[in-house]
Amino acid sequence: MSDTLNSKPGIALGYRLQWEEVQQCHVLLYPEGMVQLNDTAAAILAFCDGKRSVLGVIAALENEYEAEDLREDVVAFLHEAVDRGWVRYG
Amino acid sequence: MAKPPPPLWLLAEVTHSCPLQCPYCSNPLDLIPKKDELDTENWLRVLHEARQIGAAQLGFSGGEPLVRKDLEVLIGAARKLGFYSNLITSGIGMDAERVERFRELGLDHIQVSFQADDAVLNDYLAGTHSFQHKLDMARAVKANGYPMVLCFVIHRQNIGQVRQMLDLAAELQADYVELATAQYEGWALLNRDHLLPTQAQVREAERIAHEYQAKLKGKMRIYYVVPDYYENRPKPCVGGWGRVFLAVAPDGLALPCHSARGLPGLELHNVRERSIEWIWNESPGFNHFRGEGWMKEPCRTCDEREKDFGGCHCQAFKLTGDPTNADPTCAKSPHHHLVEKAIDTSELGIITSKPIVFRQRNKNSK
Repeated sequence: MSDTLNSKPGIALGYRLQWEEVQQCHVLLYPEGMVQLNDTAAAILAFCDGKRSVLGVIAALENEYEAEDLREDVVAFLHEAVDRGWVRYG
Repeated sequence: MAKPPPPLWLLAEVTHSCPLQCPYCSNPLDLIPKKDELDTENWLRVLHEARQIGAAQLGFSGGEPLVRKDLEVLIGAARKLGFYSNLITSGIGMDAERVERFRELGLDHIQVSFQADDAVLNDYLAGTHSFQHKLDMARAVKANGYPMVLCFVIHRQNIGQVRQMLDLAAELQADYVELATAQYEGWALLNRDHLLPTQAQVREAERIAHEYQAKLKGKMRIYYVVPDYYENRPKPCVGGWGRVFLAVAPDGLALPCHSARGLPGLELHNVRERSIEWIWNESPGFNHFRGEGWMKEPCRTCDEREKDFGGCHCQAFKLTGDPTNADPTCAKSPHHHLVEKAIDTSELGIITSKPIVFRQRNKNSK
C-alpha cells in the first residue's frame, strides 16, 4: 500500500480529461469512447498529472477543497480508475 | 417532443474514395463521386456546428479519409474545437511523416484496419498489396505515442484466424484490438453468402477472444461482439436513432445511421442547406425513429424495447422491405426466418454461384 501511495498516477495514454459545456460535466475521452464523470472523480483526475504521488494528490485535494481524511476515497477511486484503464502509474 | 440529447459522436465520412476494394465494405453500392464531395469550408462548418451542440467524439472515416488532401486542415480545426478525433484508416495514403504531422496537429487516435494477419489473405481481400505497409504504419502509430488500435473486420474468409490476429496485435503492442463483425450493408450485403460465418465459427472466435482477454488483461483490450445474426436479439443500432450518433456522408447528407440513405419515407437533409443544429433537433429524418410512436408489433409491446429500440431500421428495410418492422435478427420478429435461412446457407457450406464482388466505382461516375 505504501508503494502505491508514493507512486505517481497519470491519465493513461490516449485518454483526455475535459469540461463539456453542453453536458455540464467533465468527461474522459478515449479512442471512440467517453465517460461522464461526477465532480469528485473529475477533481481527483485533475490532479493526476504524473508528477504528484498519490499522497501529493490527496494533499492537493485536501488543500483545494479545505477537506480532511480524503485518503480512503482517493485510494478507492484510483484503484477503480486503474482497473478501468483510465489511470496508469508512471 | 422534448429537445433531444446532444449528439456525442460525429462521423465525418469525408470521401468514398479508397485504394482498397474490400468485398465486406459497408459503403453503399452507389459510391459518392469525388465531384460531389463537400469542400473544406463546408466540412469546417460541420465540425464547428456539431461541436457547438455537444459532439465530442469525431471519427474521420470514409472510404479512406487519407485520400482527402485537406485532412490536415480538418484535424487541426477539430483539435482547436475540442474534439477527440479518431482517424479510421487502412493506413494506405500515409507514411511515418504524415503520422507524425497528424500528431502535431492534435489527432488523438489512429485506428489501422487489417484484412487478415497474413499478407496473402490480407492482400487478396484488400485487392492490393498493402499488408507490409499496414505493419509499418501500425509501428509508426505506436512510435508516435498514440494509443494503437487495430481493427480486424471478421467474416467467413478470415474468422478461422482470430488467434493469429490477436498474436499479431500482441506482437505489435496494440493497446486495443477490435474484432469487428462485417456489417451486412452495401457491398457486404451483396457478398453476404461469401462472408457470413457459421454459428460454430462465431462461437469459437468468441472463445478465443475471451481466452486472450484473460491472458492480456491490463495490456491489451480486446473487443469482440457476437454478430447480431447469431444473438436472437438486435443491437441498439448506433446507440438508438438520433440519440448519440450523427454521420455526415461525403456529399453532405446528414444521416442518423451511416446506412440510412435511401430508407423509404425518410426525409433527410444536406448540411449544405441546413445547420447541424436544425438537422439534429428539428429535422424530420432525425425525429423519424425517435421515441416509440413508429413502432409496430412485436416492438410496441416488447419489454425490451428500451434496450434495443427495435434494432436496426436499415437492416429491417434491407431484409423485409419495411424499416418500421422489427429488426429481423430478433427472434421475436415474424421475419426472423430470413436471418436463420442465411445462417443455414452458411452452415451447409453452400458455395454460391455468384462470384465475390470487390468494391469498385461505377465506371461512369468520377
